[in-house]
Amino acid sequence: MSEFEPKIVAFLCKWCSSAGADLAGVSRLEYKPNVIPIRVMCSGRVDPLFVLKALKEGADGVLVSGCHPGDCHYVQGNMFARRRFIILKKLLEFVGIHPDRFQVSWVSASEGTKFTKVIDDVVESVKALGPQTKFKKVGIDE
Amino acid sequence: MKRNGVFVCNCGVNIAGTVYVDKVVDEIAHYPSVKHCEFYDYMCSDPGQKKIEDAIKEKNLDGIIVACCSPTLHEETFRSATERGGLNKYSCEIANIREQCSWVHKDREKATEKAKSIIRGIIEKVNLNEDLDPIKVPVTKRALVIGAGVSGIQSALDIADSGYEVLLVEKSPTIGGHMAQLSETFPTLDCSQCILTPKMVAVSRHPRIKLMTMSEVVDVKGYVGNFQVTIKEHPRYVTDDCNLCGDCVKVCPQVTVNEFDRGLTLRRAIYIPFPQAVPAKYVLDDQTCLGLNPLRCDKCEKACDVGAIDYDMQPKFLTEHFGSIVVATGYDLYDISQIPEYGYDTYEDVIDGLQFERLLSASGPTKGEVRRPSDGKVPKEVVFIKCVGSRDPESHHPYCSKICCMYTGKHAMLYKHHVPEGQAYVFYMDIRSAGKDYEEFIQRATEEDRVMYIRGRVSKIYREGEKIMVWGVDTIAGKKVEIAADLVVLATAIVPREETIELAKKLRIPMGPNNFLKEAHPKLRPVETLSAGIYLAGAAQAPKDIPETVAQGSGASSKVAGLLSADELTHEPTVVRIKVEECNGCGICVNICPYEALTLDKEKGVAVVNDVLCEGCGTCAAACPSGASQLRNLTDAQIAKMLKEML
Repeated sequence: MSEFEPKIVAFLCKWCSSAGADLAGVSRLEYKPNVIPIRVMCSGRVDPLFVLKALKEGADGVLVSGCHPGDCHYVQGNMFARRRFIILKKLLEFVGIHPDRFQVSWVSASEGTKFTKVIDDVVESVKALGPQTKFKKVGIDE
Repeated sequence: MKRNGVFVCNCGVNIAGTVYVDKVVDEIAHYPSVKHCEFYDYMCSDPGQKKIEDAIKEKNLDGIIVACCSPTLHEETFRSATERGGLNKYSCEIANIREQCSWVHKDREKATEKAKSIIRGIIEKVNLNEDLDPIKVPVTKRALVIGAGVSGIQSALDIADSGYEVLLVEKSPTIGGHMAQLSETFPTLDCSQCILTPKMVAVSRHPRIKLMTMSEVVDVKGYVGNFQVTIKEHPRYVTDDCNLCGDCVKVCPQVTVNEFDRGLTLRRAIYIPFPQAVPAKYVLDDQTCLGLNPLRCDKCEKACDVGAIDYDMQPKFLTEHFGSIVVATGYDLYDISQIPEYGYDTYEDVIDGLQFERLLSASGPTKGEVRRPSDGKVPKEVVFIKCVGSRDPESHHPYCSKICCMYTGKHAMLYKHHVPEGQAYVFYMDIRSAGKDYEEFIQRATEEDRVMYIRGRVSKIYREGEKIMVWGVDTIAGKKVEIAADLVVLATAIVPREETIELAKKLRIPMGPNNFLKEAHPKLRPVETLSAGIYLAGAAQAPKDIPETVAQGSGASSKVAGLLSADELTHEPTVVRIKVEECNGCGICVNICPYEALTLDKEKGVAVVNDVLCEGCGTCAAACPSGASQLRNLTDAQIAKMLKEML
């Protein structure tokens, strides 16, 4: 059997993390191809339900990445995001999904190298957890 | 369901070298809603764009997906092609399969799978996109320039000359910045003050420039075309009645170091930074003054015949509106006490480049004679050390400070002009003299003025009697070098001003890894920031010499003038909409919005969006418990569908 390769969705804010990902590209830095990016305007746009939806659709992990706290393009969107995600992590743990399946990082537009590291780290840690089957098991994946 | 056209760009081999574009097209062509799918070498070329226009007409498409480079590059290109094809420009979206896929992966199969996922997601987004029209907003035809060094001055003059009002805000008591401190400038040896002061006077006399010194930006709200900026003006304690007689200085009992002379001289608590200061007014430094409240020494007030001293001045806050902002906050020198082996803090005769400028300056502490600080003797052996704190990624700054090669050459040359019998040594790593007439200037220093260039670093500086001993190495001769110098001048790294970091946060503009302000694109948008309407000028962006700084100041002002020349600007229509039937008027969104774009209509019990104020971040949409707040063209339903099809 081939090695388990996790599928991960990354919500990247347009101004920092998606720009940081672009910089990683321009600099031809290499990282693991398991993460599919979705560009949003702000990490504050990420409704906790999107994370649950991604897991329900079969994602093994979800990453949200935005501007560093204090540097949000929209003043404080990432602050709201941070608060929501602390609670979301607890909820995931409560319903039996390992909280490491959901990760949050702050990557600025100039941190191309950091972006690659974040991606590789997320892929590694989700890989270690194995496939995410919770939704399937309880039959609410449809 | 829409009729979508998907165009996959090979980007030469940039994409096609990693992603199997043919496989992508084979699969995506059979994806529901896709009526047209092809790959092409360069979609951004004219024929590439034409393909989009033609396909829209031939296949009656109403959605366009271009899988190519980052949307920051060609989104606008393909949206206009879509418009030319007869569709609303928001029917077109970009799938970024270059920066975020082909350029970062080597495994071709996996990269191809990822590219397909990204494209499927974007197709689903387009399926639910609605047609939108740009929102028109009026423009406030005034500009704010922050920082009045030479770049800010140039920028303010150019904007004002284009016919727009400018507010020029400067933190210190006078305008002029570091350039006012310099002696002569490379490569022409023009006297710095002589070429700067006419511009300073022009600023003070310009009918469309309002100048505020001792002022700082404390708050920034709004967006391009309509910024709302709050400025704090610190009290000067001297009114416009000041006639510059200087009687106050004679009686002031308090002394402190003179910042303008970089600590080489002292000044009183009441002072004028330099004779040509603009505004031409004395200033009372309340940190050095014996006290303003409740006990006062009163001496300056009594000495002032025109009653220009006002101890009761208070900080003033004012809020003004601007269409555009130029950030020209300049640089500082790196704190070289961080480099103890060079003894800057220990030995008086180890000075930095700006201090040497003051020693050379006709208006400086020695009236332009080169005399060393410790005993006032004319130094016979002077050692100049370049790259102090620059190009040293292990211990200090990794970058090149750019101007030091040239000003050190100038320093050594000017020293020789003042002390022809003296000897100047320059320790260098490289000589970077790329610039018009720069190389010739360095050659003049070495050939005509016999400056001795030694390639190598200095490891230690210490005092021996009256001499400053410099230990270094000559890497070309492969020998240790020991010089008994009278004076050592350190070409210190340039760093962004500390206040700039705070200001960048207020303006919400990004900084690079060394805290220099970041431009929107390093090559093609070098004076813009990622925040529309905010531009950069001068050394706050990166170390720069005067010609570059002035050029960027002018560049920024032409951007500003272009922006202000429009009567209205367009604002992205991807703003939030409140579905009235689902809103229960809880008001959570109202409190969360950083732009005050949401209000509660108390009568109807629903939230209302001001489209002009909404920046479209979508934070309220994520917070809305009933799903009534939806970001146009990135709704909850869109993201849900994208997730379903991407995975």
